[in-house]
Amino acid sequence: MIVADRKSLDEILWMVSDCNKILIAGCKGCVTVCNVGGMKEVGILASALKIARKKEGKPLEVDEKTLERQCDPEYVEQIRDIYDDYDAVVSMACGVGPQFLSEAYPSQRFFPAVNTTFFGGATEHGIWEERCAGCGTCIIHYYDGMCPIARCSKSIQHGPCGGSARGKCEINAELDCIWDMIVKKKMEQGRLDDLLMVKAAKDWRTARDGGPRKSIREELTK
Amino acid sequence: MSELKSGSNLEKVLKAGHFAFTGECGPPQGANVEHLKEKYSHLKGMVDAVNVTDNQTAVVRMSSWAASTLMVQDGLEPNFQMVCRDRNRLAMMGDILGVHAMGIRNMLCLSGDHQQFGNHPESKNVYDIDSMQLIALVKKMRDEGKFMNDKDIDVPPKLFIGAASNPFADPYEFRVYRLANKIEAGADFIQTQCIYNMDKFRDFMKKAVDMGLHEKAYILAGVTPMKSVGMARYMSKSVPGMDVPDEIINRLKGAGKGKVAEEGIKFALEQIEEFKEMEGVAGVHLMAIEWEHKVPEIAERAGVLPRPVV
Ligand code: SF4
Ligand code: SF4
Repeated sequence: MIVADRKSLDEILWMVSDCNKILIAGCKGCVTVCNVGGMKEVGILASALKIARKKEGKPLEVDEKTLERQCDPEYVEQIRDIYDDYDAVVSMACGVGPQFLSEAYPSQRFFPAVNTTFFGGATEHGIWEERCAGCGTCIIHYYDGMCPIARCSKSIQHGPCGGSARGKCEINAELDCIWDMIVKKKMEQGRLDDLLMVKAAKDWRTARDGGPRKSIREELTK
Repeated sequence: MSELKSGSNLEKVLKAGHFAFTGECGPPQGANVEHLKEKYSHLKGMVDAVNVTDNQTAVVRMSSWAASTLMVQDGLEPNFQMVCRDRNRLAMMGDILGVHAMGIRNMLCLSGDHQQFGNHPESKNVYDIDSMQLIALVKKMRDEGKFMNDKDIDVPPKLFIGAASNPFADPYEFRVYRLANKIEAGADFIQTQCIYNMDKFRDFMKKAVDMGLHEKAYILAGVTPMKSVGMARYMSKSVPGMDVPDEIINRLKGAGKGKVAEEGIKFALEQIEEFKEMEGVAGVHLMAIEWEHKVPEIAERAGVLPRPVV
């Protein structure tokens, strides 16, 4: 799923500083699963904003609405009747949400309440980790299902680099060196030979480097 | 002697069977040419080639190719370093052509320290290709006369291709295979990470020799004399992939006040003596970090002077 972190209250307060009435739009998709932008978090942010603005002597009126998803034109319609009642809409969805909303409602302003960070999952309660960088050409069959593009700090295809020590990455002793894991798994399985060839340079056109991407499925577009 | 790949002095020295001796010089954090010249002047005639670091430890410095060019003009042979952190393949190939045009004939291909270590941790990390692919790229440009996209190069760059090897990073068992991989990719010579754990290095070299790697590439053993106990401690604790055994730290401590640096040099000299005899080691790469003026003394005492003229 897409993982995100809540922006600081100060930053959100700054975004809405000229507003008297806002809508906070949550999303029941990924951000609900990673506990950052679902119904519950919408409520928490709404109260925090109201309290802070009351203290400043500039009360803020805040309505709450959590959409089925914000990355789907069908569900974006769920605020069609109300979107215009506000000075701005604060979206708690990933970075896709405010953009789909913005495209659907050109006259309104949409602000992000979260920082969208990565594609990953929860490894422990309350801890999420990156697993995929959406490079557009998956190559993890070479590495037994582990991704050096997203998980090696240098995205190298021939690792581990000279900084790998005790299974950890050179940039942070808390961070696993994915290459250490790849090599160990290959060794355990007796398939080290898989790693002993020089892989062609990656074609980054399918990643963000090739410009914004689009996926067209002919069978569905008809 | 078979045909030379680059015609560099380092290549000739190694091909002629001499025990090579290379040095290192980090460009200044500024355009201070005088400072740079002062630093490398100590290395003239003392080493076969001088590694010129590329934004070493991710700290911005005068570019490696510019400093290398100044060296060429002053009659020293540079070993131009390039890391994968700061350039995409277009910039890399452009610089590879450029350095050859400026008379540079050795190039060391490295991953590079992550920018988080340096003084611009906010920067984007490039890593369009990795060090293995960079080695293969330089080889392709040189031997096939083609760019990465298979288009012909109008006058291919002739470079003696170097790569680094760190026998002390983990997982240890894989390190010799990674070395083999770099040689397979096209490395003509290898310079290792600074060695302090001699037992481990002996074992590593034995494995390399068993695999015949020393017959496919020249392996230069990395030596950095310790200047102080503090430096030894710092290297042991804070430099990833560096293995400084306690016995070295204790030995330096035991040297007593004012004598630590000399003890550091003595250990380096002992290492060099052993490397001269060690099977598979074709030379020493002396990284006297910010201690360039000591290189003549170390070279003299190591008995590697005068450097061969080939
Ligand atoms: S190779 Fe690319 S698509 Fe596959 S997991 Fe890694 S980043 Fe994601
Ligand atoms: S230590 Fe491992 S994860 Fe970190 S940059 Fe090196 S190879 Fe990649």
